[in-house]
Amino acid sequence: MKLWKRFARNRAALVGLAVLIAVIVLALAAPLLYPGGPWRMVQRPFLPPMGVDGLYLGTDTLGRDVAAGIVYGARVSLLVGLVSTLVALCIGVPLGAVAGFYGGWTDEGAMRFTEFFQTIPNFALAIVLVAILQPTLGSITLAIAIVSWPPVARLVRAEVMSLRKREFVDAAHLAGLSRPRILISQVLPNAVSPIIVMASLMVATAILLESSLAFLGLGDPNAMSWGYMIGAARTVIRSAWWLSFFPGIAIIITVLALNLIGEGLNDALNPNLERAGKP
Amino acid sequence: MVILTAILSRLAKAILTLLAIAVLNFFLIHAAPGDPAAVLAGEAGAADPQFIAQLRERFGLDQPFHVQLWTYVSNVLTLDLGYSFRQDAPVSQLIADRLPATLLLTATAFVISLTLGTAFGVLAASQRGRPADSLITTFALLFYATPLYWAALMAILVFSVQLGWLPGFGFETVGGGYGGLERVLDVARHLVLPALTLGLFFMAVYMRLTRSSMLEVAQMDFVKTARAKGLRGSVIQRRHILRNALLPVVTLAGLQAGQLVGGAVLTETVFAWPGIGRLMFESLEARDYNTILGVFIVSAAMVILFNIATDLIYRLIDPRIGAKA
Repeated sequence: MKLWKRFARNRAALVGLAVLIAVIVLALAAPLLYPGGPWRMVQRPFLPPMGVDGLYLGTDTLGRDVAAGIVYGARVSLLVGLVSTLVALCIGVPLGAVAGFYGGWTDEGAMRFTEFFQTIPNFALAIVLVAILQPTLGSITLAIAIVSWPPVARLVRAEVMSLRKREFVDAAHLAGLSRPRILISQVLPNAVSPIIVMASLMVATAILLESSLAFLGLGDPNAMSWGYMIGAARTVIRSAWWLSFFPGIAIIITVLALNLIGEGLNDALNPNLERAGKP
Repeated sequence: MVILTAILSRLAKAILTLLAIAVLNFFLIHAAPGDPAAVLAGEAGAADPQFIAQLRERFGLDQPFHVQLWTYVSNVLTLDLGYSFRQDAPVSQLIADRLPATLLLTATAFVISLTLGTAFGVLAASQRGRPADSLITTFALLFYATPLYWAALMAILVFSVQLGWLPGFGFETVGGGYGGLERVLDVARHLVLPALTLGLFFMAVYMRLTRSSMLEVAQMDFVKTARAKGLRGSVIQRRHILRNALLPVVTLAGLQAGQLVGGAVLTETVFAWPGIGRLMFESLEARDYNTILGVFIVSAAMVILFNIATDLIYRLIDPRIGAKA
């Protein structure tokens, strides 16, 4: 409860949470709101917003409802954002933990590996991976995870390094716990809060990455997504602004909400660490 | 001398990294579904069988795995990035033709985002809690959440279509026939929107970091000492706080150069900027994997160059580094 109170003290974070919940509800309710799905042609193409009753955001180049696309796109964005972050954590956390805990050559090797992945241009690698593995929700998720785990590994390594010298670790040692057991049951649970903060920000970045890939035509062809909508409307920007405008607003709102939540979590989980930059 | 050895060791590391990327590329070609020769030729099934057989021989795809790997990596190291059968030209040639435009765009965006980002960050920090600070931090938060390509499209819509201030398409006026200074100005006008939108996100990042870093350094003891000595506030801001606050910003700028180069794919696609990013997009549409992989390697090389550049900037700001390395 104390945690929630500290989180709730940050007004912006509360707004972010409310917005995110709204987006999740919309995404879940998509089949109820638009039973016909996002691909169905409902009216003449290029209808401007508010032009026809029930089509608040207008229709696209093929006469599909833009609002339906946005609601269904939320499903893809949230799903890819969440799953790719989980996969990235599954790579970064063990790697960083082992590197920080065991040190020496293990650390050296793991960090060289991480550095290598940090040097490679992120987005270019994601493009190459998705292009070669063929765009599916699975390959897109995997590619985003592969380009976003290095900061996790570095963070976990630093946390574990500072924790492993602490007295409770020595105590666990004396109690006869094995080294792997100490790492998993004593050290890692104490490193959870910064990982949670980072993960919430990573979901936001992953949503941006997914939409950028889809914009370039590297989206799953069977899934309507915000980036795809903007990419498909790119060439008609001069005549039909609403086709790219509204999906973009959807992305900004969702990503902004996640960023605000991340900052709120940071304040709530690391209360001792009063950031100097806080307004 | 110290700087020279530092640069040499950086270069050695850079070459190792490129080597590793070449190996990664090789595995990616083999990870693609279907025949690697078909992957190299472009779309599977599009090339004629005789041609594929020729490719298989040329790349040694009938040879054992390790021989293939060696052939591929040594080709890359001799700057032979293969042949684009789609565009009927060597990949290295295609990239060399388009590289200057990308370098111009990314370098301009880098400078814009770094200077404007730190300037706004300093302003926000000095106005902490006042309206100017809230305004700047709010905008930074917004830019931070805005997809690059969307900002680019909206910029075209507003500044090019509606207001007609700046061109939103291409590198220079087609058939303008400009020469000398006129041409430079023409290219510069075309550069404004792409560079600004590409730099927007990074500007937000540097602004946030500069602001928090300035506020953090301002609380340190040596700043109090300077104040106690009776130094003027502006001198303390500039010589004591800013200099120290800039270090993490430059570090981050070096780390993020890669994202800048990757972001160029999006900006160049929207603005039809004739760089390697646009080349990558065209190759994606044509399923020209060889060119995609070539652009990938070259963009990685560009990132490494950016990293070395920020390393040098770092030395200029903080002379202590030179003594250590």
